[in-house]
Amino acid sequence: MKVLVAVKRVVDYNVKVRAKGDGTDVDLNNVKMAINPFCEIAVEEAVRLKEAGVATEVIAVSVGAKPCQEQIRTALALGADRGIHVEAEGRLEPLVIAKLLKGVVDKEEPQLVILGKQSIDGDNNQTGQMLGALANMPQGTFASEIKVEGDKLNVIREVDGGLQTLSLSLPAIVTTDLRLNEPRYASLPNIMKAKKKQLDVYTPEDLGVSVTSHVSQLKVEPPAERKAGIKVEDVAQLVDKLKNEAKVIS
Amino acid sequence: MSTLVIAEHDNSSLKPATLNAVAAAQAMGAEIAILVAGANCAAVGEQAAAVAGVSRVLVADNPAYEHQLAENVSLLIAEVAAGFDNIVAPATSNCKNTMPRVAALLDVSQISEILSVESADTFTRPIYAGNVIATVQSTDAKKVITVRATAFDAVAAEGGSATIEAVPAVHDSGLSTFISEEVAVSDRPELTAAPVVVSGGRGMQNGENFKLLEGIADKLGAAIGASRAAVDAGFVPNDMQVGQTGKIVAPDLYIAVGISGAIQHLAGMKDSKVIVAINKDEDAPIFQVADYGLVADLFEALPELEAKL
Repeated sequence: MKVLVAVKRVVDYNVKVRAKGDGTDVDLNNVKMAINPFCEIAVEEAVRLKEAGVATEVIAVSVGAKPCQEQIRTALALGADRGIHVEAEGRLEPLVIAKLLKGVVDKEEPQLVILGKQSIDGDNNQTGQMLGALANMPQGTFASEIKVEGDKLNVIREVDGGLQTLSLSLPAIVTTDLRLNEPRYASLPNIMKAKKKQLDVYTPEDLGVSVTSHVSQLKVEPPAERKAGIKVEDVAQLVDKLKNEAKVIS
Repeated sequence: MSTLVIAEHDNSSLKPATLNAVAAAQAMGAEIAILVAGANCAAVGEQAAAVAGVSRVLVADNPAYEHQLAENVSLLIAEVAAGFDNIVAPATSNCKNTMPRVAALLDVSQISEILSVESADTFTRPIYAGNVIATVQSTDAKKVITVRATAFDAVAAEGGSATIEAVPAVHDSGLSTFISEEVAVSDRPELTAAPVVVSGGRGMQNGENFKLLEGIADKLGAAIGASRAAVDAGFVPNDMQVGQTGKIVAPDLYIAVGISGAIQHLAGMKDSKVIVAINKDEDAPIFQVADYGLVADLFEALPELEAKL
């Protein structure tokens, strides 16, 4: 079966992002960019399905400006077979991205679409679910284990109280949680090979989607800073402070 | 203006996060209704009707909604949404799962995990793991919003007297089936609602050593949490994870033990009222947000702390 996996270009997770002084946006000048960690897990899962003989083809898709082709190449180096870049500029809302992905789903007709549960920049946690609604597919969000069984997909999900297991009819959407797998590193030969793999570029017009914004960002600012407190000498002083100064224990 | 709040519940009791979502709805200044979608959930409907400030409770009681399957519940909410300006839900795993589907069905954007209501169409929300707070304005006529529960003080669970109406609509997409659930059973309070949280990190060294936190948690009536590092290392299950991608907590007292304080962890706990850090590395970033820091070997400090409480 064909597996479509979505990847997003985001600020590397080790970078501490700050608001610009004028509050118009975050400062992304000369910041290291990378594939969103949850998307990396999505790619790994798709590649493992191919290695297990379940998937026949893995297609990596990314929506964004031209540089996101770097992240598609990363996915290709990790084992995806070919790439699709939907070239669109500006701040793209999850609803727009979901509509563009729906356009790709209509063209490619994958049996399984794997996405990260959220991107670490916008922290929205929406795109996979929205794609599910638009494509009328079931969803296994926050997945920690997936297994294809005939024409069904069994998904174990991370939920507030523990784990939930669902059976989904295919085609289906999966969004990844942290424990689904541990992504591999791309080897140098595979990075070289990835440069030669097919990468098609679409515009939103090709997919019949208009890129309209429903939400505008008025300003960004740093959160209220927490001041470092004091270091206590020992456990006795700690208990004393909690009882008599902070008054949070009795 | 009218706001529909989606109830978080387990078919027998209304979960506290619903009360925080109602508080956010109140800040929007609209008339409030609560939707309870479930199976054999009449008791939840009655509890919802008692919530202060709520005028109507809509109960959709059908086996199709028993396990909160997103495919079914989103179709229901999208239908009921026709009569409302705002659809508001707590950012629980159920609602995070369902609400974006609702938004897509309604062809509107979702505003995730709002921290405040600035006006009828303007909200603040955290981005980049809470390192930046964005003020966003929605142009959608109908707004779909999830609420970070810790950012809004819960409304009273009692004192209201809303009318209860049955919603007969049945949506069974047939796309997904519930198989099973493994829910951790614990006598301790729920992590997101506990007044005190004691969390362990990689410094705990293994899962067995989390027992050292239990005695302290018992004495303080605390829930036990963990950093992602401790979860990744397999010490404890993921439902204990506090952080950007885990649970967001803001207890009166948060005790971080053997946790270095990665930004992803701080994103989940830095709104706690009082933070205590116990770590043997005096340069650990956790000390930069801690009200009280103790530089000590946790294996010596924890038994002593338990004895002194």
